Amino acid sequence: MSSFSVTEPSPRSKWFAGTLVILYALITMVPLAWIMLTGFKTPPDSISYPPKVFFEPSMEGYVNLFTTRTRVGQEALDALPPPDTWYEEIVRERDMVIAGPSKFGERFLNSVIIGFGSTFLSIVLGTLAAYAFSRFKIPLADDLLFFILSTRMMPPIAVAIPIFLMYRQLGLSDTHLGMILLYTAVNISLAVWLLKGFIDEIPREYEEAALIDGYTRFQAFYKVVLPQAATGIASTAIFCLIFAWNEYAFAVLLTSGTAQTAPPFIPTIIGVGGLDWPAVAAGATIFLLPVMIFTVALRKHLLRGITFGAVRK
Amino acid sequence: MKHSKLTTVSALSLAVAGLGGAAQADDLTLCWAAWDPANALVELSKEFEAQSGHNMSFEFIPWPNFADRMLNELNSGGKLCDLLIGDSQWIGGGAENGHYVKLNDFFDAEGISMDDFAEATVYAYSTWPKGTPNYYALPAMGDANGWFYRKDWFARDDIRAAFKEATGRELGEPKSQKELLEIAQFFQGREIDGQTVYGAAIFTERGSEGITMGVTGALYPWGFKYENTPGSYDMEGAVNSPEAVEALEFYKEFYETATPPGYTNSYMGESLDAFKSGQVAMAMNWFAFFPGLYADPDTGGEKIDFFVNPPQNQEGSTLGGQGISVVAYSDKQEAALEYIKWFADPAVQQKWWDLGGYSAHKAVLESPDFPDSAPFAGDFLEAMGAVQDFWQEPAYAELLIAMQKRMHDYIVADQGTAQEALDKLIEDWTEVFEDEGKL
Amino acid sequence: MSETPMTRAASATPPSVARRIKGLSDRAIAWIFVGPTIFLLLAINIFPLIWTVRLSFTDYKANRAGREIKNVGFRNYERILNDSDIWLNMQATAHFLFWTIFFQVLIGFTLAYLINKKFKGNDLWTTIIVLPMMLSPAVVGNFWKFLYQPQIGLFNYIVAFFTGKDPSSFEMLGSVDLAPWSIVIVDTWMWTPFVMLICLAGLRSIPDYIYEAAEIDRASKLRQFFTITIPMVLPFLMLAVLFRGIENFKMFDLVVQLTGGGPGSTTELTSINLKREAFEKWRTGYASAYAIILFVTVFGLASIYVKALNKVKER
Repeated sequence: MSSFSVTEPSPRSKWFAGTLVILYALITMVPLAWIMLTGFKTPPDSISYPPKVFFEPSMEGYVNLFTTRTRVGQEALDALPPPDTWYEEIVRERDMVIAGPSKFGERFLNSVIIGFGSTFLSIVLGTLAAYAFSRFKIPLADDLLFFILSTRMMPPIAVAIPIFLMYRQLGLSDTHLGMILLYTAVNISLAVWLLKGFIDEIPREYEEAALIDGYTRFQAFYKVVLPQAATGIASTAIFCLIFAWNEYAFAVLLTSGTAQTAPPFIPTIIGVGGLDWPAVAAGATIFLLPVMIFTVALRKHLLRGITFGAVRK
Repeated sequence: MKHSKLTTVSALSLAVAGLGGAAQADDLTLCWAAWDPANALVELSKEFEAQSGHNMSFEFIPWPNFADRMLNELNSGGKLCDLLIGDSQWIGGGAENGHYVKLNDFFDAEGISMDDFAEATVYAYSTWPKGTPNYYALPAMGDANGWFYRKDWFARDDIRAAFKEATGRELGEPKSQKELLEIAQFFQGREIDGQTVYGAAIFTERGSEGITMGVTGALYPWGFKYENTPGSYDMEGAVNSPEAVEALEFYKEFYETATPPGYTNSYMGESLDAFKSGQVAMAMNWFAFFPGLYADPDTGGEKIDFFVNPPQNQEGSTLGGQGISVVAYSDKQEAALEYIKWFADPAVQQKWWDLGGYSAHKAVLESPDFPDSAPFAGDFLEAMGAVQDFWQEPAYAELLIAMQKRMHDYIVADQGTAQEALDKLIEDWTEVFEDEGKL
Repeated sequence: MSETPMTRAASATPPSVARRIKGLSDRAIAWIFVGPTIFLLLAINIFPLIWTVRLSFTDYKANRAGREIKNVGFRNYERILNDSDIWLNMQATAHFLFWTIFFQVLIGFTLAYLINKKFKGNDLWTTIIVLPMMLSPAVVGNFWKFLYQPQIGLFNYIVAFFTGKDPSSFEMLGSVDLAPWSIVIVDTWMWTPFVMLICLAGLRSIPDYIYEAAEIDRASKLRQFFTITIPMVLPFLMLAVLFRGIENFKMFDLVVQLTGGGPGSTTELTSINLKREAFEKWRTGYASAYAIILFVTVFGLASIYVKALNKVKER
């Protein structure tokens, strides 16, 4: 057999396809690149016309993101001792002083807590349920599975009405626990669905051998199945995490402060009198960057997961 | 229910009176909108922290989300806020749904008299039902919608000459709504120092209350009324009176002929941005921002001056401003009441004004120094003399959303006529009042 | 019925093995494993759904504690279905659905086809193309709003650069004509990669020998494309359309941040309208009926579509 194959595209069509795809990829990156650039502009540069591609980078956006500032009069400003930190200096140049930290840190932390909390819970519950669906004959299993998946068809706003009432009654509004439970409930359908696929692929013989060796079901599950499913669990976890990280509708309706996550918060960042785009861009960059790095680093699992979750059925 | 709440509050106020400032230290959270006065309040509150030993933290929410977030918080019985500086229109809902603590007994026990505050602010920010001596808030921040303009441009000879040639009048602060529009149209698209500038920044925002607050600035001077007789909910002929139609058409013309491009969804922030970037000759905004505008290094100081919303058939300004309330779901009501007691003190009120907050206390407003204490202080007094507010009904949100939609559909999306927009608005409002059992 | 499902479950492992299992029976384990998930879904999905149905027949308002709740029968449903404004929202939603799916299928399939040419580095570029769909729609929407600003926004500037128009002469978010397209553009930017990935999976599932056989039959490349590639990818493509359809019917975060439903009500999708009714006007009963109507619509449309999909698969 020669290496030539009819299904192998010609070098020319490869080159052509590659050029087009790269072109598209570059265009698609422009908005993201622009977000990141804007984070390093000063507020006047960010709203200049024509839009500035080259500019003197500034940390003002990041400083504004993490602080609250007050405008003070010229006399009061002159009376202050000279700024002792670089960020204080940036703020002083706008005739302002730093009044304290902003809420961004807290909101980011809420995103981390709720994101990881709900992912952990979804994975624990999802793995157990997926294992049971995969290995035991459960009555009406197919219907149950379909039911689990169909819960994702509800518009979040529609679900939010009764959840709002329920949470108000139970005191779960604006709490971390409430949000973790809610995101778990939303994520678990996808988690069960994906994980069942991964566990189905692990041959039963392994466990049966373990059972014969005197393992209990739990031990077999824990010592044989879990290690085998580790990759699948990891990629499912990333999906759950990304969903919880990005979720907006529930967060904006059910949280107001204590448990508010970053997505409802970032669009509401404003400067002292007027919109502060660099600060918004800085917040967006810090928030989006982890997901981008994750995506590039774990692309093999992620891309497989997306198609797998959708195509299997 | 209501009765038991009253007794709790009087018990609380006794406790406050008894213990004075020596009560245990609490962490109090005060919720308000994120804007310049809020920063001033942080500064002011440091004194309270030092005096009382309580620790103050703040939750400031940007205006476009403020109502949404805070009403959601109240309706979910949340404990985020101990003190809330809520918008004037919320008072009906706050009182009837038990979100706000009734303050009468507390005021009596502490000797705080509502007579010490400007009548218009007490009426608008504190009472429910309107005008009765039932207080659910202490007037915290007086406010109205006003105007500011580029004094330096208005003073330039070339511009003045061009204006005279175009209109036959001298360029100056407008004396009527129509003059206002004429000036704005004059500046629209004009080259000044090599930059194209526009007439005025007005409110057209769709999402919260922007366009309603802007358009009422035209409706009130034309003589718009919500009802034929107050309290009757009889709106036919009032809401869609010929004057109201004319005012609405006026606002649409203003939007179409004298605002910068892209002003389809603009509110406070956009108005400030437009003015500070030198894009517009005039802008409407709340008095609350005027101290910050005056202090602005680029367009403040000698370059700016202020005027009250011009009259047309009569005087009229759109009311802003808020009262401070104690949230009924808070566990720290005693400490919160302590804060209000401290805040009501005339000396604190004077400092509040000095820092950039608009005190509603007569000791401040009626002081002979007041009108000259800031370039906009006199205008503020004048505006507050003729303010009108939107419905303050418990169903205010429904009423407001209907108006937002009808106004934006007509003015910005250019659908239908002014008459149709107002007729539909009456239909929407009638439906709301029918659901309320008031019609 | 001689055996229950549970006895069958127990017999899944050979009896000789089953006898030697220590600890809990399989049946108990099955329930312990599935139980929490079912419980959570019942508590946070099903119970609320039933509650919504119940509320939809009342005039309940969640922001009015003391108000008496009345049963109003089907009045809420009648009002919604007779409300011409809501039909306009439905139209806006349909416009959004149709065009986003149209562009995403067109561009997504083309990209997948090109990537399947297996040029060098296609793996990395695929990942870069996928980035937008991983991001938070609310944050992305908020930032696109900045790009769309008429005076200062990059989008207008780029369009102006290529067309010679004045960048402040058109408003993507503010004009009645352009706003519906502005949301289509962002959604397409964000979700084309999803359709692309599914199509790619479809393309890669076509075994080489089919093309080889076609080559032997001297079928032209074009003919191969229409008789092999398209029919083989179609089920995948339809699946992608189903997923995008359901997702975009629920669309809220992205559009709320971009236009908030404006100008006027031109981009007020049903979810945005529902949010206004439920959480701004607080007409809880009315909004519940609205929610049920939407849910039934998605569910109904999706079921019909899945039937069609299965037919295609069988062919």
